[in-house]
Amino acid sequence: MSGASPDDGAAARAAAPSSHPAPRGRGGATVEFRHVSKRFGPAAQGGPGAVNDLSLTLPPGELCVLVGPSGCGKTTTLRMVNRLVEPTEGQVLLDGRDVATVEPTALRRQIGYVIQQVGLFPHQTIGENVATVPRLLGWPPARIRARVDELLALVGLDPARMRERYPAQLSGGERQRVGVARAMAAEPPLLLMDEPFGAVDPIVRARLQDEFLRLHRDLGTTVLFVTHDVDEAIKLGTRVAVFQVGGRVAQYAPPGELLARPANEFVAQFVGADRGLKRLALLRVGDAGLADWPTARVGEPAGAAGARATAAGAAHLLVLDGEGRPRGWLPVAALPPDGAPDDAINAPADDGLVVLDTATTLRDALSLLLASPLERGAVVDGDGRYLGVLTMEAVAAALRAATAGEPAPDAAPPAPATPGVPP
Amino acid sequence: MTPGEPLISWDWVASHLGDIAGRLGEHLLLTGLAIGIGFALSFLLSIRIVQQPRLYTPVTWVTGVLYTIPSLALFALLVPVTGLSIATAEIGLVSYTLLILIRNIVGGIQGVPADVRDAAIGMGYTPRQLLWRVELPLALPVIIAGLRVATVTTIGLTTVTALIGQGGLGYFILEGIQRFFSTPLLVGAVLSVALAVVADAALALVQRWATPWARRGA
Repeated sequence: MSGASPDDGAAARAAAPSSHPAPRGRGGATVEFRHVSKRFGPAAQGGPGAVNDLSLTLPPGELCVLVGPSGCGKTTTLRMVNRLVEPTEGQVLLDGRDVATVEPTALRRQIGYVIQQVGLFPHQTIGENVATVPRLLGWPPARIRARVDELLALVGLDPARMRERYPAQLSGGERQRVGVARAMAAEPPLLLMDEPFGAVDPIVRARLQDEFLRLHRDLGTTVLFVTHDVDEAIKLGTRVAVFQVGGRVAQYAPPGELLARPANEFVAQFVGADRGLKRLALLRVGDAGLADWPTARVGEPAGAAGARATAAGAAHLLVLDGEGRPRGWLPVAALPPDGAPDDAINAPADDGLVVLDTATTLRDALSLLLASPLERGAVVDGDGRYLGVLTMEAVAAALRAATAGEPAPDAAPPAPATPGVPP
Repeated sequence: MTPGEPLISWDWVASHLGDIAGRLGEHLLLTGLAIGIGFALSFLLSIRIVQQPRLYTPVTWVTGVLYTIPSLALFALLVPVTGLSIATAEIGLVSYTLLILIRNIVGGIQGVPADVRDAAIGMGYTPRQLLWRVELPLALPVIIAGLRVATVTTIGLTTVTALIGQGGLGYFILEGIQRFFSTPLLVGAVLSVALAVVADAALALVQRWATPWARRGA
């Protein structure tokens, strides 16, 4: 820990909006790959999934994403860390220690492991599933019970409702959450995640990604994350390693740099022609300037609220409930006529309300705004209380500010030099 | 079995109640022993097969050959070696359970989803913990299904062992045929069928009780 205050962190975020705030590194492990190769079968290239002379370091607390086409060796790389695959050559070091010297089951119990199909034990309840590693480690039952409840709550599941259920009774998204909770049960300093959100629908996936980002920021665990989805890599990673077929790393860099300065043609193609737009995925609603908007409380007299809207020149009031949570947009035209200024404001039945969390990426926010009739959304804090309004103009301004804060995008092919001709 | 004579003489049944109970007990004992020994053998063989899959083909070949030998022929072949003893009966009965039980135990374990196994190993289960805490519990429905088939088959086969003097309910069937007297024949046949039905239902209940997760679908 550098001892930075939260304010320093906020300043750093504003200055370098293209990377996530540094996790508060508490107990994250360091992983180092040293000239690691893995060949399958006699093929000269090493067969699908092979890895070729890989050297890579994950600093503690980072969320490092391995991304690349299928068969590029990213899953093999991940599985060499907990010795589900043994390297043909080279070493994998966990906190400086060669994992080949650690007994495999002991090694695996101190590394969290999440896979795409989740692999929950169908014959055990959710509580028993989450308790797997603590039980293997011989924790006392009371401590296990407390930890299970804590973890279920942490991943957004109600312990009382979930503990006694079986995996078959859960939705895909709930199972993925349980998988993450199970992997974190014994507070491992390292999490290995192999396409953990790949098997759920896009809406659930986006929500799981957001929650996992928050979790990672709170826990500071080092994460090695495999995906074939470059959008996921850019959204989640503090560092991204782009793999090429044949198990070589084409580029290993923070996502902002990957988008701004792809190392070669393969990376440029892999991140896609829309990489300018993708940079929106690196910015969060909290990074954009929020607009003040006239609001009204449910139950408040309509006359005063209407006057505020008129003063602000707004056609709508944002109605908040007693807890300060947005309830809907109320058109000023729909307010009671001047004759009844004391009529109470009701929560509008309008369902066009977009509610955004400060941690939502601007990319997701933009697509939500585009789909809503008013093209603006109410931003709330972690407790759901209203903070401000995000408009399309604010999204554009945030993107402009982020681009201005970086060197000129030299990834674009330079204009052909025409010596002697003045511009 | 002359026409006009009632199919079943309740007087005979009433006067032979003790005998009937005794033969029923024998039948249960012969079947229980065969299933017990057969399951123990099959279990050990199956565990070896799961560890060394190349054993599967030779083991199923041998047990398959045993399974195809007609039961009367098998008993006839064994009598010169082991005599008209309970051992002769059990060797025959046990050999018929092996193929069914081994196929179901091995199949049940191999049917455990790959992701479940991968997650278990990746979280640090030892091979023994994987077997006892994950693979066998998940294989249980298939294993019990095998036990049900083996039990019903063995109850039927046990009636044949009366031919080598190892009673059971088959004794009444033989007696009925030899004396042209339908009552014992019916008693033996009906009771052995009833026994098979009851045993099958009991095992089905055990399966429901032992696999609560399979009942609670989403």
